[in-house]
Amino acid sequence: MRTLTRLDTDSRHARRELDDQIKGDGPLARHTVANHGQCHAGQSSVHESAEKHVTGKAAYIDDLAIPADALHVALGLSPVAYGTLTRLNLETVRQAPGVIDVITFGDVPGHTDIGPVFPGDPIFVESDISYAGQCLFAVAATSLQAARRAVKLAIIDIDERSARLDPVAAARCEELVRPTHTQERGDWQSVLQQADQIIENDLFVGGQEHFYLEGQACVVLPTEDEGVIVHTSNQHPSETQKLVAEVLGIAFHAVTVEVRRMGGGFGGKETQASPWACIAAIIARRTGKAVRLRLPRREDMHVTGKRHPFHNRYRLGFDAHGVIQGGEISLIGNCGYSPDLSDAIVDRAMFHADNAYSLGDVRVTGYRARTHTASNTAFRGFGGPQGMMIIEAAMDDIARHTGVDPLTVRKRNLYREGRDVTHYGQTVDQCQLLHNLIDKLETDSEYWSRRETVRHFNASSTIIKKGLALTPVKFGISFTAQHLNQAGALLHVYTDGSVMISHGGTEMGQGLHTKICQVVALELGLDLSQVRITATRTDKVPNTSPTAASSGADLNGMAARDAACKLRERLLDFAAAHFETGLDREGMRLEDGMLVAGLGESEHRIPWGELVQTAYLNRISLSEKGFYATPLIHYNRASGQGRPFYYYAFGAAVSEVSVDTLTGEYLVDRVDILHDVGNSLNPAIDIGQVEGGFIQGMGWLTTEELKWSDKGVLMSDGPATYKIPTFGDLPATFNVSLLEGHPNSMASLYRSKAVGEPPFMLGISVWSALRDALSSLSDYRVSPRLDTPATPERVLLAAQALRVKTL
Amino acid sequence: MANIEFFLNGNPRQCHVAPDTSILTLLREHLGITGTKEGCASGDCGACTVAIADPDAPTPAYISINACITPAHQLQGKSLMTVEGLELNGQLHPAQAAMVECHGSQCGFCTPGVVMSLFTLHESRTETSEPPTSEQLEAALSGNLCRCTGYRPIRDAALQMQSLAQPSALWHEASLPVLSAQPPVAPDDNAECFFYQPASLEDLTHVRARYPDARLIAGGTDLWLEATQQLTPLNQLIDITGVKALSVIETAQLEGQEGWWIGAGVTYSQLEPLLNAHFPAFAHLLHRLGSRQIRNRGTLGGNIANASPIGDTPPVLLALGAVVELASIDQTRQLSLEDFFLDYKRTALAASEVVSRVFIPRLDEHVKCHVWKLSKRREDDISAVLGAFTYRLENERLRDVRIAFGGMAAIPKRALKAEQALEGQLITADGFRQAQAALSKDFSPMDDVRGSARYRQQAAANLIERLYLTLSSPGQEVMLHAYAH
Repeated sequence: MRTLTRLDTDSRHARRELDDQIKGDGPLARHTVANHGQCHAGQSSVHESAEKHVTGKAAYIDDLAIPADALHVALGLSPVAYGTLTRLNLETVRQAPGVIDVITFGDVPGHTDIGPVFPGDPIFVESDISYAGQCLFAVAATSLQAARRAVKLAIIDIDERSARLDPVAAARCEELVRPTHTQERGDWQSVLQQADQIIENDLFVGGQEHFYLEGQACVVLPTEDEGVIVHTSNQHPSETQKLVAEVLGIAFHAVTVEVRRMGGGFGGKETQASPWACIAAIIARRTGKAVRLRLPRREDMHVTGKRHPFHNRYRLGFDAHGVIQGGEISLIGNCGYSPDLSDAIVDRAMFHADNAYSLGDVRVTGYRARTHTASNTAFRGFGGPQGMMIIEAAMDDIARHTGVDPLTVRKRNLYREGRDVTHYGQTVDQCQLLHNLIDKLETDSEYWSRRETVRHFNASSTIIKKGLALTPVKFGISFTAQHLNQAGALLHVYTDGSVMISHGGTEMGQGLHTKICQVVALELGLDLSQVRITATRTDKVPNTSPTAASSGADLNGMAARDAACKLRERLLDFAAAHFETGLDREGMRLEDGMLVAGLGESEHRIPWGELVQTAYLNRISLSEKGFYATPLIHYNRASGQGRPFYYYAFGAAVSEVSVDTLTGEYLVDRVDILHDVGNSLNPAIDIGQVEGGFIQGMGWLTTEELKWSDKGVLMSDGPATYKIPTFGDLPATFNVSLLEGHPNSMASLYRSKAVGEPPFMLGISVWSALRDALSSLSDYRVSPRLDTPATPERVLLAAQALRVKTL
Repeated sequence: MANIEFFLNGNPRQCHVAPDTSILTLLREHLGITGTKEGCASGDCGACTVAIADPDAPTPAYISINACITPAHQLQGKSLMTVEGLELNGQLHPAQAAMVECHGSQCGFCTPGVVMSLFTLHESRTETSEPPTSEQLEAALSGNLCRCTGYRPIRDAALQMQSLAQPSALWHEASLPVLSAQPPVAPDDNAECFFYQPASLEDLTHVRARYPDARLIAGGTDLWLEATQQLTPLNQLIDITGVKALSVIETAQLEGQEGWWIGAGVTYSQLEPLLNAHFPAFAHLLHRLGSRQIRNRGTLGGNIANASPIGDTPPVLLALGAVVELASIDQTRQLSLEDFFLDYKRTALAASEVVSRVFIPRLDEHVKCHVWKLSKRREDDISAVLGAFTYRLENERLRDVRIAFGGMAAIPKRALKAEQALEGQLITADGFRQAQAALSKDFSPMDDVRGSARYRQQAAANLIERLYLTLSSPGQEVMLHAYAH
């Protein structure tokens, strides 16, 4: 006979104590526990896994215990960027110690093309090689070392041809992975003919390696039927489920994909986590053994795509005040060898070629160039940052041209009433918020007095030059592929009152699971400790969208809320009908772990656990699913017009730098950020996203330099040569605030705004400040070209062209 | 092969692994202890940071190291602390508690390494209540890459952990037990696979003569990449770190010059006090050489014997006029460091020889020394160009000018023509212009991932200009002091 757990109904006291420690002003801030001098195990911490992180108990893919006879996979990669595979002799590989299985193209039972949206990504090379690092074969052995050593024994002959590495040339001769797209508004040609002044320039914007600390990894276990269970470090489990099933030639229901957490994703595990799961799954089915595939860092950097490098160009007409009247902008994205997500990425670059400014009558054209490099992919901002760079470059250029301070030029060009429609036809809601935000930051950061100080300093300093810049961000929130804007959640309440929530989003460090637990706890009136979240699994919530486009909390939070609200209403209805005291349904609510009905003297309270157990005994379902689809959004590709974004998130940053014009060395001395997250779901987590995004954006534009050999082989293939920011790159003064008192104008989750990607682009202020410092060498008359990343080398060479030599 | 006996988080362990097994592999694959992560397997990201201490040292202290490039066999007799060992009686270590409270983890993958670096920082500062300076924080943390947080909350945690309740000295006591000394056993004749730690220079030179193909290892910060990146088996390893004579710094005289003999096995961290006291420019460079984890392992002898054209210390040592001592079973010889480097990765070291010591002459009080390193990132990066300059002024004229560069040729090399152009000159723009012109005859650098030839040439010329400005406009700030002095 089933018995119910005895409940401790006197836990309210403890909860009250916890409430006393709570601070913050967001709608969920009561779940942010204040810092006290000590931290005891079991006390609420901010990230749901924080204590597991610091004790080493949080398990990543390579930490999962696997059977002793599990196999380890290493990949054989093409050393050549472009050519034909003429011979692949793997006999010695098969004979090598520890080797159990070796597979190539011919061993794939089902689909061989694993392109995520469009075809073009063969799981193994059949004969045509498209990039250095492309996968030729896979070796499974009893240890990773044995597999890796065996790979080196392969005899590979390739008829090498000259690789195409220049995306501009590729675009010119229509070597494209997807058709060119254009967005056009007004008579931009007439504007260019009639404008007071015209300015044009071009800019190379470099790519970026994700450098998630946990590399690509998966463990695949064969099931007792024809399927597999896949543990993977992955932002898009449903897509991996689909591709694994297709590669094996089995139904989707035979594949279960599980993601507990990632050691960083940043977009690099949206599409590019799947190939390894597919390869491991084939081997798992062939051998009947558990298979682990983890890419060593160097290989990870060679085989996976990166942020797209862009070659951007603008030609804009503006009036005497520096206000843009119109013109044209072209963006060439270097997509690498295949489409991957490049169509949407170049689209997003186009959607952000205006950043926060009205472009007037304009044509924006986006080219998707095909080159012989790894297929470039999603990375925080998804093309948006690269698109923004060209208009921010133009702002500085116009400022130098007109002799007006760059901030003034930027403010004059901001979207405003009457000039609030983008080049793709969406009206910028809340554009006054952007003005308010910039005004506040301008004041708080003392921009104008510091501008004077900087000018004064530069006038008397020959070698060291200071630069200052404020740049805004306006970032559109929604997947531009409409169908991805949906999410599901599954909520279970157990008879002890504990709650389990599952949803389609994945945790990669952004605090999504923490926020989702907060949503459920809030809606059910429970303490955070009563709600648990575990791994994201395709057998709990199906057909999910990737955790991407900053949408994780917006979509999945709404789905979780939907489930929680439905369950709550069901329980309240039950309570109103069931309890003999005759509870008033109206005004009935769940709070502080209680069902509360009535007010004052007629108030009745029933503890949550009692409610749940009574509901169970009365055969009321304690499980619920939730669903959400973002309303209103649409985009017509044929016309290049629509409303692709549910809303925009805003922010701005002021950066001050010091540049040594003799060596190109520089320091970021001070950064002030004001960022808009609507009503914050969790201020601590949101600040973490803003700071982390800024530093990552700064790294993209400063020290993170990808270099390929003239044969197309990546040379910056490890942390020794690819330099992401480290501790000392944290600005000495770093003031970060969330804009308060401005809820989202759209009905988003508690009127919050997405925060994953937008702050990344605040890093542009550092690049603009470097240009400002360099421009001082010409007494602010020249707007120096500064391609990115603005390494000390690029800064030195730019300075050298402008500075007065003392020798 | 001998067992490794060591303490893991306070408990004695015995293991039996191949010579080229790293501590990280030992932990993760042999012992199934997975809190310590692999991020790069090249000592650059710090995710694998663990702490080791030598219980036999006069004042045992935990230091942070990269487990991915440290041989497991060097654990012999040591105490190893990993992230799993910090919790005591269910209580988090202050480094852990502060990271939780300050939101110092997001994805959490770098966190165990960050925590271990914070742990060693914390344990090294139990005597003081002063918060660490920003330089100390950088020194402690620049070897731990975090891709999520942007480091601000980690900085807060580092500043806050000291104010957290002191958990008594239990961590210290519980984790520094003493092992019975186990004398190393020399490899048998024709042994194909060994990790041998000779105890004396004599023993070292003997085993070197017997096994000329064996690899010498001290910190292994470069050698070990052959194992982790090229997958080269390192079957015969001779570990010099047990040779006391190679681990000491002694004041001495050499050919009438006062100075110091530095044992080839002296780590950068061990060198710090001497450089701080007598070679501040060199000391500042040390702050930018690798990370704390690397400086705790890498040695001066290794940096020289490795003969990389972009090693950080050789140009400085060339400018300082260092002498290197090579020892073999038959003889000990000394030669000027510039005679040691022959060609790309080729040196005067014979197969039977080891680098035993390096002599650095004391800087005359009138001699100025500048060390200027240019790299893409300020911390924990390899030089694109490194210039080292020594000179003195006599009656306003430059004397004894020595200029050496790294990154400008196949070897670390003196700029003899530029030196000549400046020797005996007054501080004039013309003289330095000539030195710049001479520099382009001294060197023809190459393009690589760290910089173009054009940049290197220009940057080197600009360092001559910086030298000129330093001398001609002493009041003016002509460099950013976070980079150089």
